[in-house]
Parts: sequence; C-alpha cells; structure tokens
Amino acid sequence: MKFLVCISNVPDTTTKITFTPDNKEFNKAGVQFVINPWDEYALTRAIELKEAQGSGTVTVINVGEADTEPNIRKALAIGADDAIRVNAKPTDAFFVAEQIANVAKEGAYDVILMGRESIDYNGSQVHGMVGELLGIPTVAPAMKLDMSGNTATLEREIEGGKEIVEVNTPFVASCQQPMCEPRIPNMRGIMTARTKPLKVVEPVGSGARTEVAEYALPPKKQGVKLIPAESAGELIKLLRNEAKVI
Amino acid sequence: MSVLVVVECDNGEVKKSSLEVASYGSQVAQLLGTTATAIAVGVATEANLAQLGEQGISKVLYDAEPRLKDFVNGAYTKLIAAAAENEQAQVIVLANSNIGAAVGSRLSVRLKASLATNVVELPKVDGGKFTVRRGAYSGKALADVILTGDRKIIAVKKNSIEALHNAGQAATVEQFSAQLTDADFADAPKQVVMQEQAGGVLLPEADKVVSGGRGMKGPEHWNLIEDLAKALHAATACSKPVSDADWRPHHEHVGQTGITVSPNLYIACGISGAIQHLAGVNSSKVIVVINKDPEAPFFKAADYGIVGDVFDVLPKLTQAVKELG
Repeated sequence: MKFLVCISNVPDTTTKITFTPDNKEFNKAGVQFVINPWDEYALTRAIELKEAQGSGTVTVINVGEADTEPNIRKALAIGADDAIRVNAKPTDAFFVAEQIANVAKEGAYDVILMGRESIDYNGSQVHGMVGELLGIPTVAPAMKLDMSGNTATLEREIEGGKEIVEVNTPFVASCQQPMCEPRIPNMRGIMTARTKPLKVVEPVGSGARTEVAEYALPPKKQGVKLIPAESAGELIKLLRNEAKVI
Repeated sequence: MSVLVVVECDNGEVKKSSLEVASYGSQVAQLLGTTATAIAVGVATEANLAQLGEQGISKVLYDAEPRLKDFVNGAYTKLIAAAAENEQAQVIVLANSNIGAAVGSRLSVRLKASLATNVVELPKVDGGKFTVRRGAYSGKALADVILTGDRKIIAVKKNSIEALHNAGQAATVEQFSAQLTDADFADAPKQVVMQEQAGGVLLPEADKVVSGGRGMKGPEHWNLIEDLAKALHAATACSKPVSDADWRPHHEHVGQTGITVSPNLYIACGISGAIQHLAGVNSSKVIVVINKDPEAPFFKAADYGIVGDVFDVLPKLTQAVKELG
C-alpha cells in the first residue's frame, strides 16, 4: 500500500508571533520551524500501518522552498521512505491542494493523510480540496484509522460525538488526537534519513484564490483584576454586572 | 445573485452556531443589496426552519431525503452545490464546524470559489474587493484576507457573531431536491456514537466553559468543575495533561492540538497556562483564572483572577451562582 503524508513547515508552538513592517508577512527572523504537530499524527500512523502490513511505502510531500528541507529530513528520520518537495512558496490552501493532488495523481497513492489543520494558517481546507480535486472521499477530522485490505475504518469527530466511517482506497483523511503517539527520530533514523531520496519538483496549476492583505495582532488585554480568595463570590457579581457574561 | 447560508440542524432544531451563520449571511446580503436563502442539512421541523426569518433569512430550502440526517460529505456537498446553482449564490456562508470545514473545502473546488475559514467579522466590500478578517497563528494573530474569486465561501467562527432575533419575522420553507443517488452516500457513517456531555452543553458550541488542569489533582475531584458548570449552564473542558492522563476524555481537551473554543466566558481552574493551552482559548471574550501560584503565566492572559486553592474557591463560586437565582 502506498501512503502519501502531507507535512507543513510551521513556527514552533511557543513562537512569539510578529510580522514584517508592512504587516504582509510573518517575520521568520530567529524563529524555529517544526513539522506541523497535527501532521505528526498522520506521519506516525502511516508508518505504523505500513509496518503492520509488512510492505508498502510512506512518501512525504511538502510544498515549500528549500528552507523546509530540515523538517522533511526529520520526517524521513521518523520513518518515511522517501520525500517530494514542491519547490514553491505555499501561497494559499487551494494552491497547496493543487500541488498535492497533482503529485498524488502521478504516484497513484492509496491513502493520503495530513493533519486536521496547520497551526499557522489554521485553514483546515487542504484535505477536502485534495479529495475533491481527485474525486475521492475525504474523512475529516479522523481520531482513529485502521486498515483491512483496501478498506479503512475511521472514527471521525463530530460535535458532541464521533462517527464510524468505512471507505475504500483511495481516500484522504485528516488526522488528530488520539490517533497515535507521535514518534521522535532515533539516531539510526537520523543517519539513514541522509541517504533517503528527496525529489524536488516544480509547481503546477492555476494559482491562489485568496490573498492576505494584512496581518494584525489581537487587541492587548487590559490586565488581570484580582479578587481575594476569601471573597471569591464577588467574582460572580463582577461577571454579571461588569463583564456581563452571566 | 444571492447569499446562500448553510444551516446545520440536530434533533429537529437549528444549531446555535447556525443561527449566528444565518445572521452573518443576512447581513452580507444587505451589504450586497440582495437576499439570503438558507439550505438546511440534518433534521429540523418546518416550524423551526421558518423561524430563521428572525435571523433575516427570506427563504429556507430543505431536502427531505432521510439519509441526510447524518453528515455525509459527498451528499452534503452535492446538495449545497445544487442549492448554490439554483439560487445563483455569489456568497455561501457556513459554520466553522467539523461539517463546515469538511464541506466548505470540497465546495470551493466544485464551485471554483475562494474560501476563508475561521472568519470572525463581517466582510468589508470596497468596489470589487471583498475582504474578510480571520483568526490565524492559533489565535495569536488576525489576517485580513481578500477573496479574489467571483464566488466566495465564508466559514464563520463560533461565538464571533451575535445572532439576530427580529421576533415575528418568518421565512418561507420550500422542499428542494438535489436528486441524490446511492453513490452520493458512499461515505455515510456506519455508526454514530454521541458522548455524554456534562449538563448537556456541547463544548464546541458552548457560550461558557469551565475547565480544569493538573491542579485538580485527580479525576475524583471533577465534581467541583461539574457543579460550577451545571450552575452556569456551561460546558466542561480540560488541559492536555489531564486528557493524556485519562482523567477526562479527549473530546474535552482544549488547546493548540485539541479543541479551539471562543466562548464568552472561560474559567480555568488549576491550569498554569502553557502557550499551547492559551492558543486554544485566547479568543474567549472573558477569561477567569483560578490558581494558587501567583506566578502562573495564565494570569497574564486573564481578565479576572483569584490566587487561591481551587478546592476552596470552586464551591464558593458555585454557591454564589446559585444565590444569583
């Protein structure tokens, strides 16, 4: 079975967010980039399923410029077999989805996995777009994924519950907790990752459908109003009369 | 040209987030000088659908196909796309829910539309330029996004738009058929399992949330969180270490890799406020932090705080809420 796992290169979760002086772009200076935490669930589960089947391949795809390669190598160190980098700046979700769908079509992958969203843009769009571009089902967001032959059983989160969905390959799924415990690369993995194939391809398609005009930071908080613990009940009065939220 | 609003229904009623979406859609229609039609998915009574007039909707379409009661991505996408074509909708508005995100992304490809999710404000329309404001960087930033396509799809973040209630206004309700076939139901769920919700309030839809962290010291003390939540008609939630330790189920985990919530009131009990947790709650309108450590980073993000022992403070708060009547 051929797995394709899509990974995003995102600022480390503890990053203080700042923008370029014209507020048009994220300020990358001094920022550590990591594999999008949601995508790590997709990557690890694909590797686990391949191992359980005893055959198959896990290919990683990233749409990004050359500076994303350290994290692509990290995915190879975790256990992916090979990688494809689409050499382009990811402008919007539709552009990224077009690149992934194009690679997926050429490689005839059975299962396409990715995180439920990226922690930078938080769009949660790419999985559905890839599914629609390829004309195959999308299951999102999935909390559990098991395979039996060409049939997958997934648990999909819905508001207030979950649904069990069965689909046949090929399909797309977005992944989230508690699908698996993401793996950390070991020394052997890091050594072998250096020699695994990383193919660079040029982008295709018609381009983006959205454009960021400007980024802004949310308004600053006024500061905390402390209430003494012994008169805790006062808080409830403040929430009713001052904040007007109860 | 019109605005099409997707309303999600459950147990015969329109979901709260869909009332917000309907209100958003009717205000967009007003901006564009047109009317807003709704397409209903899930199960609702005709009387409840007609009430969408209170949110400014003039007409509601629904397909009586019984298999639409559960979320089926293929069928929902086809139904909404058919309604969009029927109404010649220029703008489609849906909730930024699990259903909205899944369907919205497929629809954007099918209808060749620009898509913005996580939208928190009404759009700005300036000549031909259509700009929406959305949350980005896990709530640590906002982005103004221009939707450059002729058609636009907007997924509205929960609790970011006030629902309108113009009493007495009724929408006309019409049956609509997208001529769905068995193939459209290929990804229908085999089984639906609903989880127990404390006090019956769904966390992603909740207007108020009471949340506990490691400071609660164990699952046996969760009755203190539940009592306050019940008194406030709030949902319960927890931090990542709590769900990792199986004190509480995963679906209550709020944070960067859990559920993102934006209620009017978020009460954090015994949670220190790691940046990953803050990312899931920082768009809440009012944040209350209760922690015995005065140095807990969460106090910096809070509007109100109590430095004290949660075991002592929580019963006092519950009592005070009950006294309000």
